[in-house]
Amino acid sequence: MQLGGLLGAPLTWMLVIYLGSLISLLITSLYTTNDFTGNLVKTVSLTNFRVLVSDPTFRIVTIRTVFIAMSVTVIDLVLALPIAFFMAKVASRRTRRALAVAVVLPLWASYLVKAYCWRILLDPVGGVMKQSLGFSPGFGVVATVLVLAYLWLPYMALPIYAGLEKLPDSLLDASGDLGARGGRTFRSVVLPMLTPSIVAGAIFTFSLSLGDYIAVQIVGGTTRTMGNVIYQDFGGGNLPQAAAFACVPVAIMAVLLVAIRRTGALENL
Amino acid sequence: MLVSRRGRIGLWVATAVVLAFLYVPLVVILVLSFSSSKAFIWPPPGYSTQWWVRAFHESGPRDAFITSVKVALAATGLALVLGSLASLAVNRFRFFGRNTVSLLLVLPIALPGIVTGVALNAGFQQAGIPLGYLTLIVAHSTFCIVVVFNNVIARLRRLAPNVDEASADLGGDLFQTFRYVTFPLARSAILAGGLLAFALSFDEIVVTTFTAGPGIQTLPQWIFNNMFRPNQLPTVNVVAVVVVTMSIIPVYLSQRLSADPLVGIIDDA
Repeated sequence: MQLGGLLGAPLTWMLVIYLGSLISLLITSLYTTNDFTGNLVKTVSLTNFRVLVSDPTFRIVTIRTVFIAMSVTVIDLVLALPIAFFMAKVASRRTRRALAVAVVLPLWASYLVKAYCWRILLDPVGGVMKQSLGFSPGFGVVATVLVLAYLWLPYMALPIYAGLEKLPDSLLDASGDLGARGGRTFRSVVLPMLTPSIVAGAIFTFSLSLGDYIAVQIVGGTTRTMGNVIYQDFGGGNLPQAAAFACVPVAIMAVLLVAIRRTGALENL
Repeated sequence: MLVSRRGRIGLWVATAVVLAFLYVPLVVILVLSFSSSKAFIWPPPGYSTQWWVRAFHESGPRDAFITSVKVALAATGLALVLGSLASLAVNRFRFFGRNTVSLLLVLPIALPGIVTGVALNAGFQQAGIPLGYLTLIVAHSTFCIVVVFNNVIARLRRLAPNVDEASADLGGDLFQTFRYVTFPLARSAILAGGLLAFALSFDEIVVTTFTAGPGIQTLPQWIFNNMFRPNQLPTVNVVAVVVVTMSIIPVYLSQRLSADPLVGIIDDA
C-alpha cells in the first residue's frame, strides 16, 4: 500500500509517457506516408526497414557516425586520464577543489554556446584560428569530432576522477615498492581498477555523440550523421522513416550495453 | 611519493593543456563581444560596449530567456516530486522489478536525445495531443526525473537505516518520519537534484525541437536560429557570454550545498 503511494505517480508517468512513446515510435516505424498527400498511412509493413537495408546511404551514415562516436570517446579518454589522475592523486586539497570546479564549470555552460564558440574559432574563411594560427581544419568530420570531444569531456573526466578517488594510494605505493615504474603501475594496477569508471564515461560520450545532430549542423559542414538524417526525414514529413532509422542508434546502444554487462563492468558502476 | 618528479611535471602540463582547451573558446567569445568591429577580426581592432547595449535592447533573446525559465521551472517542479517519490520507494522497499525502475528512469538520457525526441513526438501525435507548452514541459520533466532520483537516492543510501527505525520506535508514523527525519537529511540532495534538473532543462535543444509547438522559442533555440545570420552574430556573442556567466551560479550553489554541514554527519554515519 505505502509502496504503491510512493511509486504510483512516477511509475505511471514513465510507463505511459516514456515507454508509451517508445512503443509508438516502433509502431510509427512500421507505417508509411502517402507520397502525394504526405499523410500517415496506418498499414503495417517493413518498408522503412527494407529501405534502411537496401539504400547504401543509411549504411554509410551509420558507419560514419559510429566512427565519429568512437573517435570522440578515445580522445576524451586520453584527455581525461591525466587531468583526473592529477586531480585525484597529485594536487593538493585546495588545487583539487579548484580544478574540480574548473572541470565542472564548462559542463554547466550551455551546450549550444560552446558549439557556437567553436564555429567562430573554426570558420575556414574568417575564423579566429585561421587569423591567429594561420590554419583551421574548417567545417567537416574533423571539426565534428573535435567539438563533440570538447562538449563531452567532463562526462568522461568526472567518473574517472571519482574512480581514482576511491583507489587507495597504498596500492600505488605497494606497486612502487614491488619495483614497478609509473607506466607498469598504471597498466597493472590503476587501469584494471578504473575500468568501471572508464566504461561509465565511455557510455556517456559514445551515446551522446551517436545521437547528436546540432553540433554537426554547426561545425560539420556537409557532414551527415544519423541524427541529421533522422532530423531531415522528420522535417521532410516522413516521420515513419525517421522513426525506423531512430531504432538503429537504440539497437547499437542495446548491443553495447548487453556486451558490457557480460564483462561485469556495469555491476561495479 | 606516488608519482615521480618527471611524472608530476608531465601531469601538470597535460592538465594545463586540457584546461586551456576547455576555456580558450569561451574567452575568445568574451573578447569578441567587446570588439569595436562587427567582423570577427582577431585580435579585435578596438573595444566597445556597443554590442552589449544593442543586445539589451533586443526583445528576441529576452523573450526566449523568459520562455526557457518558465519551462525549466515547471519541468523541475514536476521532476522534483516524481523523482523524490521514486527514490523513496526504491530505497525503502524491496519489490519485484526494483532494478527495472532505475533503468526506466535513466532511459530518457541514456538513449540519444534525438531518439527520445522523435519517440515523444510520435507518442504525442498518436495520442492526438497538439504540441505546445504542455508537451514541452512534460517532455522536459521526463528526462529531468532521473537527475533528481539519482541525487536523492545516493543520499538516502548513505543514511543509516536505523534513523527511520528510531523514529518509528519513538512513535513517529510514516509521514512524521518523512517530515522530521528523512526530509531534513535529504534536503540538500533534493535541492542539488533540482538545480541539476533546472540546468538540464534550460540548456536542452534536441528534445525541445521535437516537442515544442511552432510558436515557442527557448533560449537555446534562439541562439541556434540566429547563429547562421551574420547580422545577428554580435548579439549572439553577448547572449553567449551572459549564458556562460550565469552557469557560475549553479556551480557556486552546488559547491555550497556539498559544503553543507549535514553531509559530513551523514558520511560518518
